[in-house]
Amino acid sequence: MTSTASEDPLSPPSQRSRAHDTSTELQPMPTSPAMDTAAQDVSLFSSPMAPRSGTSEVDASSPLMYGTPSSRVEGTPRSGIRGTPARQRADLGSVRKAPQVDMHSEPVSESCCHSEQGAGQRLVIWGTDVNVGTCKEKFQRFLQQFTAPNSREEENAGLDLNEPLYMQKLDEISVVGEPVLNVNCSHIQTFDADLYRQLICYPQEVIPTFDMAVNELFFDRLPDSVLEHQIQVRPYSALKTRNMRALNPEDIDQLITISGMVIRTSQLIPEMQEAFFRCQVCVFNTRVEVDRGRIAEPAVCRNCNTTHSMALVHNRSAFSDKQMIKLQESPEDMPAGQTPHTTVVYAHNDLVDKVQPGDRINITGIYRAAPMRLNPRQSQVKSVYKTHIDVIHFRKTDEKRLHGLDEDGEQKLFTKERVAMLKELAAKPDVYERLSSALAPSIYEHEDIKKGILLQLFGGTRKDFTQTGRGNFRAEINILLCGDPGTSKSQLLQYVYNLVPRGQYTSGKGSSAVGLTAYVMKDPETRQLVLQTGALVLSDNGICCIDEFDKMSDNTRSVLHEVMEQQTLSIAKAGIICQLNARTSVLAAANPVESQWNPKKTTIENIQLPHTLLSRFDLIFLMLDPQDEAYDRRLAHHLVALYYQSEEQIEEEHLDMAVLKDYIAFARTSVHPRLSEEASQALIEAYVDMRKIGSGRGMVSAYPRQLESLIRLAEAHAKVRFSSKVESIDVEEAKRLHREALKQSATDPRTGFVDISILTTGMSATARKRKEEVAQALKKLIQSKGKTPAMKYQQLFDDLRGQSEAAITKDMFDEALRALADEDYLTVTGKTVRLL
Amino acid sequence: MPTVHDWINNPLAVVDGLFAQSNSSPDWEKKVVEYFKEKLKLNDAHTWVPSLNDVPLYYLKPNSLVKFRCMVQDMFDPEFFMGVYETNDLTSNSKQVKCGKYKDITVGGQVDFNSRNTVTSERQTFYCVPIPGESQWAKESYAGTSQARVVPSTSYVPNRHKRSYEEDDEMDTQPQQLKDVSQGTQSSAESHGNTEPKRQETEAPSHDSSSAHCTSSLDLNFPLPGEKGPACLVKVYEDWDGFKLNDMLEVFGILSVDPALSVIADEREASSLLDPTEVTETVEEQRVHSPPPSLVPRLHMLYAQPLVHNNPLLPSSAPENNGDHLSSVLGELASVRAELHTYLTHVLMGDSLAAEYLILHLISNVYSRRDVLPLGKFTLNLSGCPHSSPYTEHLYKVIQQLVPSSYRLCMSLHNMNNQRMVPRKDYTANRLVSGTLQLANNTSLFLDETQLEQGQLDATGVRNITALGNLISWQKVDYDFNYHQMEFPCNINVLITSEGRSLLPSDSQVNLRPTLNPPNLEEYLSAVQVAQVPSQFNKYRIYLSGARALNYTISDEITKAVEEDFVEMRKDDPQSMSAEDLHRLLVVARLLSLSHGQNTLSRDGWMKAKQLEALRISRTQQQKSLSGNEP
Repeated sequence: MTSTASEDPLSPPSQRSRAHDTSTELQPMPTSPAMDTAAQDVSLFSSPMAPRSGTSEVDASSPLMYGTPSSRVEGTPRSGIRGTPARQRADLGSVRKAPQVDMHSEPVSESCCHSEQGAGQRLVIWGTDVNVGTCKEKFQRFLQQFTAPNSREEENAGLDLNEPLYMQKLDEISVVGEPVLNVNCSHIQTFDADLYRQLICYPQEVIPTFDMAVNELFFDRLPDSVLEHQIQVRPYSALKTRNMRALNPEDIDQLITISGMVIRTSQLIPEMQEAFFRCQVCVFNTRVEVDRGRIAEPAVCRNCNTTHSMALVHNRSAFSDKQMIKLQESPEDMPAGQTPHTTVVYAHNDLVDKVQPGDRINITGIYRAAPMRLNPRQSQVKSVYKTHIDVIHFRKTDEKRLHGLDEDGEQKLFTKERVAMLKELAAKPDVYERLSSALAPSIYEHEDIKKGILLQLFGGTRKDFTQTGRGNFRAEINILLCGDPGTSKSQLLQYVYNLVPRGQYTSGKGSSAVGLTAYVMKDPETRQLVLQTGALVLSDNGICCIDEFDKMSDNTRSVLHEVMEQQTLSIAKAGIICQLNARTSVLAAANPVESQWNPKKTTIENIQLPHTLLSRFDLIFLMLDPQDEAYDRRLAHHLVALYYQSEEQIEEEHLDMAVLKDYIAFARTSVHPRLSEEASQALIEAYVDMRKIGSGRGMVSAYPRQLESLIRLAEAHAKVRFSSKVESIDVEEAKRLHREALKQSATDPRTGFVDISILTTGMSATARKRKEEVAQALKKLIQSKGKTPAMKYQQLFDDLRGQSEAAITKDMFDEALRALADEDYLTVTGKTVRLL
Repeated sequence: MPTVHDWINNPLAVVDGLFAQSNSSPDWEKKVVEYFKEKLKLNDAHTWVPSLNDVPLYYLKPNSLVKFRCMVQDMFDPEFFMGVYETNDLTSNSKQVKCGKYKDITVGGQVDFNSRNTVTSERQTFYCVPIPGESQWAKESYAGTSQARVVPSTSYVPNRHKRSYEEDDEMDTQPQQLKDVSQGTQSSAESHGNTEPKRQETEAPSHDSSSAHCTSSLDLNFPLPGEKGPACLVKVYEDWDGFKLNDMLEVFGILSVDPALSVIADEREASSLLDPTEVTETVEEQRVHSPPPSLVPRLHMLYAQPLVHNNPLLPSSAPENNGDHLSSVLGELASVRAELHTYLTHVLMGDSLAAEYLILHLISNVYSRRDVLPLGKFTLNLSGCPHSSPYTEHLYKVIQQLVPSSYRLCMSLHNMNNQRMVPRKDYTANRLVSGTLQLANNTSLFLDETQLEQGQLDATGVRNITALGNLISWQKVDYDFNYHQMEFPCNINVLITSEGRSLLPSDSQVNLRPTLNPPNLEEYLSAVQVAQVPSQFNKYRIYLSGARALNYTISDEITKAVEEDFVEMRKDDPQSMSAEDLHRLLVVARLLSLSHGQNTLSRDGWMKAKQLEALRISRTQQQKSLSGNEP
């Protein structure tokens, strides 16, 4: 064994040569089987051999005895490091066991290191610069001393951040009994950069050392603990690589962390770890460890010296679980115009079945490459390597979203410079104007609409009132754009859809209720029913853009009621009953029914949408062609410029899309403004004022919904400023915008007043009053006719028209008749009207 | 047989030579690329390289330099390979350091995996298909310019195995001892000194051999149904990030068809028995990623030239001096335009306005994008085409004659409900399954709506219609990646022929108004065709591709005038002129100027564009009042 270490004492610990050394699956290295068995006895973990040796062989043949090495220990698990079985780490592989073992059998190595490298030299694992003793000591010191006072990780919740972090985690292990210690690599890096470098470069050697260190420490502290197997260290967040595309040959055999999306998982693959042989002649048993996927079958029985008498006993061999997972680059990481890359990942033991296709995950693991055999019987090799990652740690990136905790799950990592840049931008007094003009620069003017959409992109603050029984208050702002065709509504929607990370774009014409919500379908592979989510659920925490809102069928529209106020979706179909989160902002666009906006009609009449739905929109904007010369001139200039200006010129004028994206993402995740005292006063006043306006004319002009809208808008405006407090300027802008939108959408064309009831009840107050007047006039007319029990419908209509000074349409007449019928004054049967 | 063109016949010798000289300094890789670039630059050296597009695969010498005009259909994962490796020769017990670049398989002796000389390198694989919808004339014209002397093997007979063994002894000039049958035959044929030009040999065979194979066993994943030609796995060694999906390329590379590569597929069962842990690839994936090289050859890229267009009549490189080229070739641009206009007028049964718009459509091009808005697209809807008559088919044939690549999509109910238009990622086979809408830039897509009959569109049909709508409005296709969609911008000229107004959006609708009514449509159209001399066609082709590539600007003065004009028009009747109309007018003015070879918008051009639009709109309105069913 020493020969292995001294074979090449002068060679620098070169990464290159190691890469190929570990990929020798095709030709086993010339190691003698004797060494292998010896290696096992002094294996780096306390060997399971020790307790096993004392047991009788009789019950060992029982079928209950097969399984992972951990289950092979008889009796109750004993405490202490010697008594706790080690579980083989399939993720690290057994490839390089021999040289490691050499170094761990300490008394021997002590002498060998002197002979090898002279006095005062440190002993290192062959091919690396890792000294086991130092490494262990460093890691133990790290565990004992490292504190992370500023840690914001969710995993550390409930821990005292000023105490050594990992010692608390060890205590946790002894309580919970799950022998896995997750270690954040960046912690190691801040603690000891050299140790970190070793961990990244030689994970296969360093991680077992860590395991050893942590187990010693653990059982020293808590000698009475009982664990299923020894603690395994799982490092994560190695900052080596972040993107799958950036992987290159230099990363082979290093610890890497990449993010991606699971696209396929294989069935469970049992992988033999240890083969059990029994002699057919003398029933002598022996175990052989699988070495690089091969079993060295003993040719001779050691007991009776019969040749070729050993037979493999399958159900006493030890297997470990393994699963192949295909990981695909996340769409965000990809350069435009390319297809996503995929990587093969192997999960071992308890990491099997931890992830499902579709999950977004960060994985930490060791990158491997192995040459491909062209033909097993030929010496020629395809000059290509197969690569895969042996996973050590999974971390789902969208996990928190599933649990509905917060938006932190999408922590986009901004560099310090970027944050500083964004903050600088936020400090500018005209940031609001700047951002709104950066929004869809190709669309001309409509500044208030852009401002509204900007606020929608930021959203309000999410408030939780579950305790008081009201549940969540909606923080999302919904906007409806209506107006003449060809006023670039669709373009605006497309822009927003492209801007936000979780945006969905649907068209009212083409979508059905299930397409928006969720549907159940049979998975072709597993034949299980699975819930497929539709656009609204997919845009949870994002924006759902719905074009041609008016063309949507009533059935489809009805599902929007729940989504737009409660922000959830309830589904009850095909045996699946559930409620999904759909905290989505809706940005809808609708065309007027008569293709051209009729300014003589109310919004409701123009777009013919139910008022119940309309009242759920915070802002309703009209996009009309303002027919005035100055506007035309600017519009023409803008459009012509669009066609001849070069890219650079455009970019000079506007913030680019990436900055806007980052700005919004940063504000959404890190700014959570709250109402200040002064702002709440301003809001109250605004609301009272709104109510007052209407009361003068005997109508209600504001409802609590409007107040909520105002609050949301004010909060969003505060977010734009990166302010943690909502102040009165925010309220002012919210009021202004709200008023502008109302002025456009809720003006009663007959009176010219803004009348909120158009949106809330679908009919303006004057229209209601008018209806009543007609009914009264009709009643008077009938009464004036004296005692005639029945009248001709047409006759009555003509009489009423002749009498009234205002034009009376047939609809109005019908309505009046209905009103009188409701009073039980008359009945209408066919073409005759009878008095009661 | 050493010839002047050794670097074509045996490029690996050049590579190995440069590698040997380098003494393992890494800049030999650059030298190799430089060497071939230099060689190809020499006057018309690239025409000496045989092309995979027009020479059947079995005529090509393995490990020789070939070129391939193709579109990147899919990008596979990057792979690691042995850039440099060391072999142990068991017989002589000597070690040799070898270069693994541009090769698929290691050669000679046992590979020493533990050698410290080994260098692992990375390369990327692209799955390339011939440019979809490439017109026959373009193919022929490309093939015609080729001067490659590919030696047709007279010994191409089924029992060639025997021959190759005989010839093995003669192969000692070859550096490698590949047991490659076709190589044997090639070199034998060569030594017979057969220098007959390959043209007459290469016309026919491209369909019988390769296509017959591929339909039977392997789906070669061509975007368009009924396509022919070889697909190719192109191995890219540097700057693969510079290539994008659907890019048109002319790849110069080393052909690798070692039959040993397909052994992997055949002996899969055997190897999987030996090594049960090797389950990284499914059978489907194996089939796609390691198809037999006789069907899908490997091409190790030395140099690739991105193609701005695939018009063989124009120089493929340097778009900036294209304008000069155009003006030099077409001093008589005005007359060519006039002739083309007359020709198209005849084809469109005497409708000169429609012919004018068709020219504008044919030279349209997305030249820029403003956030989501593509600028310069000009989708034309030719309405008023007779229903279920062969007219649209003939019209398509005319267009096919004019543009380098095109496709006619019959929007029949069956097609809409069954055809896969949007490419989709197949995760089992790990590849992008192509769809009709995966087309290279500037392909003409001819949508024939006259074929549409009444009936119900199913889910696929609705998706396809949506995809077509997106393509027209935003010039993008959302590829389906199952868990998410990915947006790929495209630049496709869409022409819709329909009876009434098309159900798809379009930038401009022209109602066809025939002034002629020939008694026999087919005879009339073929007479029109015959009247054109082939050289005439070539002029049209150069004109159309050239005009599209011209630069274009608007001066400040004209900008002012246009603004004034817009305000003026709005004053009279705001309804008549919306922002949308101005958009269209600007595009029409641009295309009109370009079609006259003008680089900038003149006042005159603007007026002409306005007149043209006015004419078109009045016609549409007349049509409306005639039929009266338009909303």
